Amino acid sequence: MQQSNRLRPFFENITFDRADNEMILNFGPQHPSAHGQLRLMLHMQQEQITKAHPDIGYLHRGMEKMAENMIYNEFMPTTDRMDYIASSSNNYGFALAVERLIGLDVPRRAKVIRMMLLETNRLMSHLFWLATTALDIGAMTVFLFAFREREYLMDLIEDYCGARLTHSAVRIGGVPLDLPDNFIEDLRKFLDKLPENIKDYEDLLDTNRIWLMRMENVGVISKEMALSWGCSGVMLRASGVEWDIRKEEPYELYDEVEFNVPVSDKGDNYARYKLYMAEMKESAKILYQVIDMYAGTEPALMAHAPQYISAPKLDIMTQNYSLMQHFVLVTQGMRPPVGEVYIPTESPKGELGYFINSQGGAYPYRLKLRAPSFWHTGILTDLLPGHYIPDVVSIIGTTNIVFGEVDR
Amino acid sequence: MRAYTPKDNVQKKPYYTDRYWVAPQVAKHDVSSDAVFTDDLEAIKSQFEVLDAYIQVDQMVVIINACDNFGVIEMLKNEREYNQLSEMSAIDWLASEGKFEIFYQMLSMSKRKRLRIKCKIDEKESIQSVEKLFRSADWSEREMYDMFGVVVNNHPFMKRILMPDDWEGFPLRKTYPLQGDEFAAWYEVDKIFGKEAREIIGPENRDPARIDRYDTERFSRLGHEVPRGTDISQGEPDTPLVYQEPEGVFLIEKFDAEQSVVISDRHR
Repeated sequence: MQQSNRLRPFFENITFDRADNEMILNFGPQHPSAHGQLRLMLHMQQEQITKAHPDIGYLHRGMEKMAENMIYNEFMPTTDRMDYIASSSNNYGFALAVERLIGLDVPRRAKVIRMMLLETNRLMSHLFWLATTALDIGAMTVFLFAFREREYLMDLIEDYCGARLTHSAVRIGGVPLDLPDNFIEDLRKFLDKLPENIKDYEDLLDTNRIWLMRMENVGVISKEMALSWGCSGVMLRASGVEWDIRKEEPYELYDEVEFNVPVSDKGDNYARYKLYMAEMKESAKILYQVIDMYAGTEPALMAHAPQYISAPKLDIMTQNYSLMQHFVLVTQGMRPPVGEVYIPTESPKGELGYFINSQGGAYPYRLKLRAPSFWHTGILTDLLPGHYIPDVVSIIGTTNIVFGEVDR
Repeated sequence: MRAYTPKDNVQKKPYYTDRYWVAPQVAKHDVSSDAVFTDDLEAIKSQFEVLDAYIQVDQMVVIINACDNFGVIEMLKNEREYNQLSEMSAIDWLASEGKFEIFYQMLSMSKRKRLRIKCKIDEKESIQSVEKLFRSADWSEREMYDMFGVVVNNHPFMKRILMPDDWEGFPLRKTYPLQGDEFAAWYEVDKIFGKEAREIIGPENRDPARIDRYDTERFSRLGHEVPRGTDISQGEPDTPLVYQEPEGVFLIEKFDAEQSVVISDRHR
């Protein structure tokens, strides 16, 4: 009899001496293709999967609990650690939710800078996705190419906020900094070269026989399944649902820029790959338009709301009342009004939502993080059966899950 | 007199309190101000009891009885085109009302509207699963059970999802401390070595990330080296900062502090 409280080779719910010919394969949690700490228990008939059971929680840090014990501004760096591939979009989602709760409007320059951050983050995330997925399939060249381009973007973000991975580059009520010199020139230089780079990737992959065999008609998600499982982002659009929150429920300046939402009705891995590539081009298109918007904006970066937001540094250093407000806001924290919001944003992975229940205190009473990857992992339960072992890797790849976000 | 700490809510409390602070409210608008939501609400009202309904931050909130949750969501899905359940979870009101509040965040893509269905249940009560309608509820309901201990009826696999299966306590309840309880603190020790090892290991060795500045057995002290195992709890010997061995290293000239030049401007 095995004792369940001892860490010996002990597997819950598994008996190895089975009458049928079923094998159980433990995929992860330390598998390099699992994109993090995913453990999959796969029931196999020969090479074919009959039942899949994703097991998560290896990266659970209790962020929702942490949020209940922090003032609002204190929680901002924690949101970086959710989708750590594109952390500004997490920062932004949280900032937007709190702003809607308070009813704040941020200055236009802050909006423009936020748009730049969001779209560069989307590019970074998609490049990272392409690199890692291609590596999983075996395309080492694409991995190196895509990481090279991502490096330029990370340098750009570093120029802006000093951090490369965990940006914390958005504040509640605006952005902390103006763009540094040369930022726009560097960004434009990158964007001018991007179509060439994307063409390189597509030349390597689009007609590659191995890539097509691993991608086409593998991991087909039907429209009903995608809707039922709460899929969002590319996972949803690849299944034929035209739904992009930037387009349908526009926030920031997305209603002022022109871009297309690429949709496919195939629902397989290859469709998702094509959508990621198309979205990169759309992001570049948005960035060009946003760059042009920057020049005509007023220099203010933070909203003026003394009850919630600290005054600019100059005021704090010269005016008594601003200093007092700043002191109170830093030591006690802002107290948003009593109420509830659920604010979704289109993060690179899908619908990233923040549900905040405020009871008028300095800490949120309840904060629920709606991370898209959570459901994109759950769908593996229904998606994997019927597929073969090599398909598992490519399917996990195209679902684009990040475990900081799944486990939170 | 020691300050009273309530046992039913051990969350961090703000240090500063203002007795006369009256918190403002996020505006609640009447449902009749939005035509689409008015129709939806009428449809719900025709079949189920609605306790309250309002629009807050552009989304309708409908408060219903907990026993109607499956029916309302089924109707919204099949008749009112709410085709996605984006999110569902609970809020802990045990301290004030002895109840959990459960919310279902729904999205209609054709109408571009979001609404929230809310209901309250007692601590020991359970709620009907909506997994038959939306597969996404499968994992959300498991997470809710994991975090709050709200049992969901008719769920295909009602087990913990983020925490280990043998975990005690429900982390997102207000009675659960941020640092974890005693069970959480000893979880790894209990699991690997057994409960009887708690005394042998002791609280000081329990945390693998623990740093003890007086421990010269396991920690090196850069720049202040002492022989291993020295007891420095009563004060330490004054060790001069030496970057090189006294005799110098083979082939390398010894650094002479007297004759060296300090460059203050590194760009010179």
